[in-house]
Amino acid sequence: MRPRADDRAPAGLLAAARGGERRAAARLLTIVEHGGPAAEEVAEATHPLSGGAHVVGITGAPGSGKSTLVGVLATRLTEAGGRPAVVAVDPSSPLTGGAILGDRVRMEAATAAGAFIRSVATRGHGGGLALSVPGSVRVLDACGFDPIVVETVGVGQVEVDVAAAADTTVVVVTPGWGDAVQANKAGLLEVADLFVVNKDDRPGADDARRDLELMLDLSEVSGSAGDDRPAVLSTTATAGDGVDRVLAAVEDHHRRLAAGRGLVERRARRYDAEVRARLGHLLEDAVGHLLTGEPAGGRSSETPVAAARRLAGRLLAGGEHG
Amino acid sequence: MAGTPIRVVLAKLGLDGHDRGLKVVARILRDAGMEVVYLGLRQTTDTIVDAVEQEDADVVGISMHNAGHLTLAPLIVCALAEAGLDDVPVVIGGIVPEEDRGELAAAGVAAVLGPGASAAEVVASVRAVLGADAPTS
Amino acid sequence: MNDEHRTLSGIPVDPVYGEAPLPGDFPYTRGIHPGMYRDRHWTMRMFAGFGTATDTNGRFRELLRSGGTGLSTAFDMPTLMGRDSDHPLSLGEVGRGGVAVDTVEDMAGLFADIDLGAVTTSMTINGPAPILLAMYVVVAEEGGVERARLAGTLQNDILKEYQAQKEYLFPPRPSVRLVTDTIRFTAAEMPHWNPVSVSGYHIREAGSTAAQELAFTLANGFAYVEAAVAAGLAVDEFAPRLSFFFNSHSDFFEEVGKFRAARRIWARWLRDRYGATDERSLKLRFHTQTAGVSLTAQQPEVNIARVALQALAGVLGGTQSLHTDAYDEAHALPTEDAARIALRTQQVIAHETGVTGVADPLGGSTYVEWMTDELERRAEEVFSRLEDEGAGSILEGVLAGIDSGWFMREIAESAYRFEREVNAGERIIVGVNAFTEGDEGRAGRLLRIDQDTEDLQRKRLDAVRRARDDGAVRTALERVAAGAAQPDVNLLPALVEAARARASVGEVVDVLEGVFGTYVETVVV
Repeated sequence: MRPRADDRAPAGLLAAARGGERRAAARLLTIVEHGGPAAEEVAEATHPLSGGAHVVGITGAPGSGKSTLVGVLATRLTEAGGRPAVVAVDPSSPLTGGAILGDRVRMEAATAAGAFIRSVATRGHGGGLALSVPGSVRVLDACGFDPIVVETVGVGQVEVDVAAAADTTVVVVTPGWGDAVQANKAGLLEVADLFVVNKDDRPGADDARRDLELMLDLSEVSGSAGDDRPAVLSTTATAGDGVDRVLAAVEDHHRRLAAGRGLVERRARRYDAEVRARLGHLLEDAVGHLLTGEPAGGRSSETPVAAARRLAGRLLAGGEHG
Repeated sequence: MAGTPIRVVLAKLGLDGHDRGLKVVARILRDAGMEVVYLGLRQTTDTIVDAVEQEDADVVGISMHNAGHLTLAPLIVCALAEAGLDDVPVVIGGIVPEEDRGELAAAGVAAVLGPGASAAEVVASVRAVLGADAPTS
Repeated sequence: MNDEHRTLSGIPVDPVYGEAPLPGDFPYTRGIHPGMYRDRHWTMRMFAGFGTATDTNGRFRELLRSGGTGLSTAFDMPTLMGRDSDHPLSLGEVGRGGVAVDTVEDMAGLFADIDLGAVTTSMTINGPAPILLAMYVVVAEEGGVERARLAGTLQNDILKEYQAQKEYLFPPRPSVRLVTDTIRFTAAEMPHWNPVSVSGYHIREAGSTAAQELAFTLANGFAYVEAAVAAGLAVDEFAPRLSFFFNSHSDFFEEVGKFRAARRIWARWLRDRYGATDERSLKLRFHTQTAGVSLTAQQPEVNIARVALQALAGVLGGTQSLHTDAYDEAHALPTEDAARIALRTQQVIAHETGVTGVADPLGGSTYVEWMTDELERRAEEVFSRLEDEGAGSILEGVLAGIDSGWFMREIAESAYRFEREVNAGERIIVGVNAFTEGDEGRAGRLLRIDQDTEDLQRKRLDAVRRARDDGAVRTALERVAAGAAQPDVNLLPALVEAARARASVGEVVDVLEGVFGTYVETVVV
């Protein structure tokens, strides 16, 4: 990482950040995004201090108004005396590794009110989040921010990975038959704790609500019912309409989770998902390392399948980095 | 270890709505592997300082086409300094007459990109204000 | 002008060559008048505005003295954004990019000693356009000129602000309502006024291609037609007074083709789609400005050549009025000398080149006709897309395209592609990526606006606030608020009363914002 005038060690940064110094929190996030030994140090330090904050994931197709909704939510939360933080994810360019992170534009009022907003690039990670997001959430949690709102990338399909990183998952759709169908196909009915039909002033909003309710009816036959059935709410986020109801529903969901086994189960799911993602990442590195030792085109007597088996055997037997 | 991308906050300070240049610069920097936090139009010194702080930006680029740079550029430099962010260099772009560059430098502006700057000059200028070792660890 | 036209060799030439449809014939591809410039030159309209009203008034009178025939006002950024000079966001921008107008008193100063019954005035303003028009009406009436005699143009094209220039104040729908209110008001009370100048200029400056400029601008024009018809006007009541404003860029024949295609598309759509029967509704009149974005900071004198060629494309494309950019504008606001050279460039085209002798002299060129057809075809593709988006309505299609960021994305893509081509050396820009020697050690004279202007303007505003009747201002603003809340009410009369009471631009905008709300753009980088 680039040396900076502010080059305190993680422990010092954490102490300062917990004391309310926003720049220290921002530096910790940079370390976590960067990865490596310093990031692990931060993870060690923040792990025992985290777990208190309510993590809300927000996903939705591009143009659904996610950022606007997140901005208004963060504004309301701040005005009500809360300390919300937002992690807004945008994609990195696969070609250059660069990124344009534009979510703050729609969150100006939230920043003005005092919310903490961090824009994050995926840095090559799929599924609508960056690999570092759980670590970033842990830092913000340890620094006393609550709730922490994670907004996924909005490119192409709605992203479902967020459900594994959040306690409460909000899926934002817009009027138009396409989105409801999309929601069904993408498996969102399974992950959503709350649906928001944004842009409620548009023609087709009633249809979108009806379609979602219908699909929930159908899925209820086979699965969840009663309290677990996600509510379908409407907002016009640009005008702030309906946002208070969303906020109340999100808080209500959190209360219900905390009252039963729900929160414990979600936390276990979050933990497992992070382990799985990290493990995948480590394996990918190990695979890359293994393959560097192999001749191009393989050995003449060996099929590709056999070569893979042989290498996998080495990986499993030899432990780290084959 | 892979390098951390340079993080740049880009904004227009003031009321003018000419954002073509800022958008092109955003893409140029992205294509040079940097992470651009794009704030867009009509930012104030407050919103820019907040963004630089929370995003842990390495550099901030401000675009102005309103001939107000001699008034506004020193304001942003001071606002960053007051927030303890004086190690974050400020680059000004837009319609800035050659003869104003000295005054802007004296006010603490790290670099000025005029209307004729090429993509290579934009990237080089950001790297230069961060020091030669900037791009990677 | 001249019944007979001879070349420098003395050869007599006809007013037009070719077969029907000729210039003046539907669909007006070759021009809206049979005689074109042989009957009357284009209006040499030079854009000016800086500092306080008094400063700009001086520049106006200088332009009129040196042969300019129309005034064109550039407002400063706070005025364009509906902010008073003492608003915190105005700091550093008062009187810099144009003239500062806070109240009707500034408007009066701007046109002091100029007979408003005799000149035509163009005002480049959009978000607060109805407010500025109201002020102009009040200045004229207080000076004894009835509003019905006023002639001029208000840019008042809000749709392209969301697409390109970004000087919007309210969300799109109430903003379009303000445009239709202006159209209704001028149709009823100001028969010589052009209430909207549908502008492709800024779309182009934001980085679009010529084809996009053509398509987006005409689509916006159709959108205003649909909005005004929906507000209860018959198309022939207002369409004759809609005018256009295009950019003239460097690709010479593409530009000429663009202007010709624009006329043909407008004529066909107005007649066939919107049912206009008045010939004046079908004739697309347009103002042209050379491409500011093409001016280079390097070797600025070379810009004089660029401007001359772009201006010639506008003239050969049949423009009704023309602004030529000053060569030093890539550095700062134009100096008086540079502005004069720009005007002289037009005079050379008008009086020395002989291009005014024959209408549409490029008509019939296989290449130019093909280019015209091709640009029309590409524009029609865009119209189809917008119609699909808007379920048959161009207005709804345009609003949907703004909301989704489609226009902005298209424009940003084109801008970036151009930039890459220049950077890669695939496109040569003289003095920038080729032929760069000769740019050393030049520092021309630049026009500077100092901070004193800002202080002076704030004092003026303060003086107006102290001298006015606050009760009358409050009453007038309440009427504006009440009218804004009722979509069927035309706001213009209330705005005129607010101007008369010396309410400031910012005060009126604040009241309207309270009813209409504000707008955050869909960010497309």
